[in-house]
Amino acid sequence: MRRPPALSMSIACAVLGVASTVYAADYVSLAGGTFTSVLPADGKAGDATVAPFRLRATPVTNAEFLAFVRAHPQWRRDHSPAVFAESRYLSSWSAPDAPGPAASSEQPVTWVSWFAAQAFCENERARLPTWYEWEFAAAADATRTDARADPAWRERILTWYARPSTAALASVGGEANVYGARDLHGLVWEWVDDFNALLVSADNREQGDPDMLRFCGAGALTLQQRENYAVLMRVAMLSSLKAADATANLGFRCAKPGLIEDAP
Amino acid sequence: MKRLMLSCVMAAALAAAGCGSRSADVDAAGAATAAAETGGSAKGDFGPPQGEPIHAVLTSPPHVPPPVGRDHPAKVIVELTVIEKEMPISEGVSYTFWTFGGTVPGSFIRVRQGDTVEFHLRNDPTSKMPHNIDLHGVTGPGGGAASSFTAPGHESQFTFKALNEGLYVYHCATAPVGMHVGNGMYGLILIEPPGGLAKVDHEYYVMQGDFYTTGKYREKGLQPFDMEKAIDEKPTYVLFNGAEGALTGDKALAAKTGETIRLFVGNGGPNLVSSFHVIGEIFDRVRYEGGTREQENVQTTLIPAGGAVMVEFHTEVPGSYVLVDHSIFRAFNKGALAILKVDGTENKSIYSGKEVDSVYLGDRAEPNLKPVAVATKAAAAGALTVEDQVKAGQVLFTGTCSVCHQANGEGLPGVFPPLAKSDLIAADAKRAVGILLHGLSGKITVNGKEYNSVMPPMTQLNDDEVANILTYVLNSWGNPGGRITVDDVAKARAQPAPTATAAH
Repeated sequence: MRRPPALSMSIACAVLGVASTVYAADYVSLAGGTFTSVLPADGKAGDATVAPFRLRATPVTNAEFLAFVRAHPQWRRDHSPAVFAESRYLSSWSAPDAPGPAASSEQPVTWVSWFAAQAFCENERARLPTWYEWEFAAAADATRTDARADPAWRERILTWYARPSTAALASVGGEANVYGARDLHGLVWEWVDDFNALLVSADNREQGDPDMLRFCGAGALTLQQRENYAVLMRVAMLSSLKAADATANLGFRCAKPGLIEDAP
Repeated sequence: MKRLMLSCVMAAALAAAGCGSRSADVDAAGAATAAAETGGSAKGDFGPPQGEPIHAVLTSPPHVPPPVGRDHPAKVIVELTVIEKEMPISEGVSYTFWTFGGTVPGSFIRVRQGDTVEFHLRNDPTSKMPHNIDLHGVTGPGGGAASSFTAPGHESQFTFKALNEGLYVYHCATAPVGMHVGNGMYGLILIEPPGGLAKVDHEYYVMQGDFYTTGKYREKGLQPFDMEKAIDEKPTYVLFNGAEGALTGDKALAAKTGETIRLFVGNGGPNLVSSFHVIGEIFDRVRYEGGTREQENVQTTLIPAGGAVMVEFHTEVPGSYVLVDHSIFRAFNKGALAILKVDGTENKSIYSGKEVDSVYLGDRAEPNLKPVAVATKAAAAGALTVEDQVKAGQVLFTGTCSVCHQANGEGLPGVFPPLAKSDLIAADAKRAVGILLHGLSGKITVNGKEYNSVMPPMTQLNDDEVANILTYVLNSWGNPGGRITVDDVAKARAQPAPTATAAH
């Protein structure tokens, strides 16, 4: 059932835009393809297929989110309805329309709900990436499209998990991966479009108990690469959330389908 | 004695009840066992909670909440907060622990069998991870895990009835479970039997855990979790209460002589099984596996990962008693040490302390150490002769060296090289000093024959003794003669140990 790690991802077509095709909001292009996700596409062992897409090079920053909130005051923390954003939405900002000294402009925005993140992305004619898109992009390191078999790749992620989150977040703009995307690991958690379907997908009728992941690691048995704790923890984190929730370490970035901007 | 009589009465009662000839065959111990059957969870429901809800007293290790002291089931509210925090794991070494209540192990919870426990699990807003809790004392799927899965900055609530008495581990069961447990997410919940536990003078809470850091043991700085070592089950640290020194020095457990101590000892794992032992004590009673039955007079008790034990003992003699995992390298090389300091007056009739300190040379030893004393005296007077050294060295050689190198210095062919007519010694007598001090391993050639074994460093010998032994060797068995002085030895001791290649 499981393939050797080195063969676990076969990219169907050549990677386009490795040299980072930059758009207005700095998106990078990924050709997509089939690859082995930690969450099998058919609930057992199937590869996931990712269509060509573009991904924001960095997570959305406080400055970018501030511009959005000023243009769309319905997303101010004092205006947004509780069903779309919990009471702590943007609570790290000193005022509803000003991040203040505690949230610098180049830090990733956190304390945002899924609804707010989705609204931000829609506003720039984008959407949140799907889990598979995010995972596909995050499998890369600086030189390889799939570095997941390298223990060093995993260790780097686990090192971030081991750092306490009481210190201030770094600014966006870490080392770029082979696609030109930055900060997929080591800075914040990121919302994905289908965060609440990671355990209960439309295709998982054979998967059994949807709560598996919450019991003593039983969920890990359904994951293709059991040793790949690093990714599993992100799945666990996302699946603990509801769409109106916000946390201190959760931000987002946007994605767009296809490699070419549609005509407006 | 009282217990035994009670058993006999019970046996008689059972026999009288009459189950045919079979019950008449039941011996006293068997009858006692049968009579003490608790009935497990099926008999653990004592009805709905009575009275006002009670807020459970939670304590940080090594402290234990007071006995429940209630004769009826109640509703007990437990509020526990998960906190991810950096704390010392050893001197100058820190680690990002994930904790129940801010400590490793987590807060101790104490309730009564039959209680209805309303559990509130909070995940601190500063947490990076979602967490949950699986209490082994819960009857229900996941032990509460599914019902308590909690994102950072959230609180979950679930309720269970404590049906089985016993001492139970609780732990986080969020994937990846091993990492959550390995980061310190475990603790103990005691579900007291309806009548409570026997009164003792002290109760303490100790929990073992194994930890996996990317750096070596005691490598300074903030050490990240090492997944590879965890999967390989090769811990960097094995600890009581989450840190080296958590229960030593000023933080040692304390008691007085003539007291009864009860330890609630858990093992969080994630991987290792503990051979729990207290050096210098014998457990008078052990509720092995945290269950209902008792074993008596136990030296070492096994605690499985995800298991617990209650041990009791009575103190007679003052001193420091060392709690260890008797898989002993864990104690002395990975940190699994704690101290129970017992104060009080000596009781020489039970334990004398050291009465005699003399050199024991084994059955090959000459009974007379007089030459050593003579040499020591002469050295002090500045009149030590080669003769004195040879005589003292001979006695010391017999006690220390002759087991391997033989009394005649011939060694054992192929195993222990000869010292007699040794070309190796003849080539460089001073080199022998280094061999005694630092040991020697690997291939060497002596008198044309190859040897490949290990001589441990003779660190127990002082400079005088080394000088005397080697002077004896130099002046015996056709060796070239000469003298090794105390200064020679002191100089060699000050040098770093030679590398392996230098020995060839």
